[in-house]
Amino acid sequence: MAALSSYNMTSSIPPFSFQQQPQNHSAAAGPTQHSFYPYTDNGGSTLGIAGDTFTILAGDTRSTSGYNINTRHEPKLFRIGGEGPTHKNARIVLSVVGFAADGHALQERLDTIVKLYRYQHGKDISVHACANRLSHILYGKRFFPYYVQAILGGIDEEGKGALYSYDPVGSYEREFCRAAGAAASLIMPFLDNQVNLKNQYEPDAEQGLAKPQLVAKPLDRKTTEEIVRDAFTSAVERHIEVGDGLQMMVITKDGIEEIVSPLKKD
Amino acid sequence: MNHMPQAWGRPRDDIYGGYNPSYLPYNKGGYQSHANGQPTTHTQSPIVTGTSVIAIKFKSGVVIAADNLASYGSLARFTDVKRLKPFNKKAIVGFGGDVSDMQYLDRLLSSLDVQENYGSSGNGGDEEAESRAMMSAKNLHTYLSKVMYKRRTDFNPLWNALLVAGLDEKSVPFLAFADLLGTTYSSPTLATGFGAHLAQPIMRRAVPDEEASQKLEREEAVKVVKECMKVLFYRDARSMNVYSMAVIDENGVDLKQDIKLEEQSWSFAESIRGYGTQTV
Repeated sequence: MAALSSYNMTSSIPPFSFQQQPQNHSAAAGPTQHSFYPYTDNGGSTLGIAGDTFTILAGDTRSTSGYNINTRHEPKLFRIGGEGPTHKNARIVLSVVGFAADGHALQERLDTIVKLYRYQHGKDISVHACANRLSHILYGKRFFPYYVQAILGGIDEEGKGALYSYDPVGSYEREFCRAAGAAASLIMPFLDNQVNLKNQYEPDAEQGLAKPQLVAKPLDRKTTEEIVRDAFTSAVERHIEVGDGLQMMVITKDGIEEIVSPLKKD
Repeated sequence: MNHMPQAWGRPRDDIYGGYNPSYLPYNKGGYQSHANGQPTTHTQSPIVTGTSVIAIKFKSGVVIAADNLASYGSLARFTDVKRLKPFNKKAIVGFGGDVSDMQYLDRLLSSLDVQENYGSSGNGGDEEAESRAMMSAKNLHTYLSKVMYKRRTDFNPLWNALLVAGLDEKSVPFLAFADLLGTTYSSPTLATGFGAHLAQPIMRRAVPDEEASQKLEREEAVKVVKECMKVLFYRDARSMNVYSMAVIDENGVDLKQDIKLEEQSWSFAESIRGYGTQTV
């Protein structure tokens, strides 16, 4: 009888020792430290030029790790969208250069999203929409970035060549030409001069302050291809991480043509 | 009736006394920052390690080899470690790097093998269809590279460098690499660790490109691998003279364990005086 009186049912506080209010952890664990560095640089270089009716993306096929060559043929350019694992009828190409594992992961994510778009909307994604989407994917990992410089190429809704280039956290811009990767600083100035005709003036006009600059007009496919090849052969000469093979993808409204050609192996 | 789900099935405090919160983690009302009093730790450096794995593609398959040593730093601790693990009839994985992570991956692959075999094998009727449904070396490599990449993204890497050798779904010889960062690449000749510095040049001279590997005969490929294992024993300080080698082709996996190195040339040792330029 006396024992029963210990059941005090009038108390409003439930007789359990867990607290119901959310706890603020007073002693935080403190900042964590890792001695594992999650990135590496696999070298290589890529290049994109947008023309009037086409876009060319190109990249070397060498994969490096410090002074080692991992392999002479590891593609950096990927078709995005289309049907199935062969990307049949795809019209968008993504190039990724920097940390190759992040590049592969990014390519797979974008490809899945573009294929899902086709399934959900019943039509192919436009290049500018895909470009914006890629920017968001990259920014989504703003605090543990995809360590790659991406270039996206395709044909815009007016039928003109489109090229978008990105930084590792998603800042992007549409451009006529862009070089990325290890030899970007060697190739980009060459492109400024040959594609956008910078620092080139009318040869026979009057000299001095009134010298007229040459006006850049869209290049034809053959000339653009030659510029791409020349850019890479030059980069191969002077940059150790660039070489072995050149993978070029030419995007037109009819599809994507892939051309692989050799580069110096030293 | 008790309306509090946290209390259902739980002994009452007023009869049995309350929990001692000093043993519980924060989110259960206690004072511990982690479950066992120890903070969560992840692999930061490998402890027991295997050295190089080398492999070369030939006309109808792949040859892969790795020595039988697991080192504990500079101590040659375990001399019977098999670092080549077959997976069904079509693939072999060679592991370099941390041995405990290799053993975890081995368990993972065993359970994957069990899951893959859940599908009915029929009465051994259509063997070709069965063969097509099996995971090829290419599929296995894709799976392993995703595991490795996820672990590195969680900052808890499997500290290994692996080579996956075998045939792909079209029965074409397949060889690819995956490591602790999730990096992957493929080539007719591959090597991990010291092998990348010492063995790759020898293998690349025999097989400079894909075309050359399609002309290489099995005997020639085995000869090159044996030569490379010899060079690795000469020059890798964490290697051993006993190794395992496997040849995979359309007939399956031919794994030879405990091969001893032959025809070593150590006669130069007698003429050594001092340790460098000394000649007398």
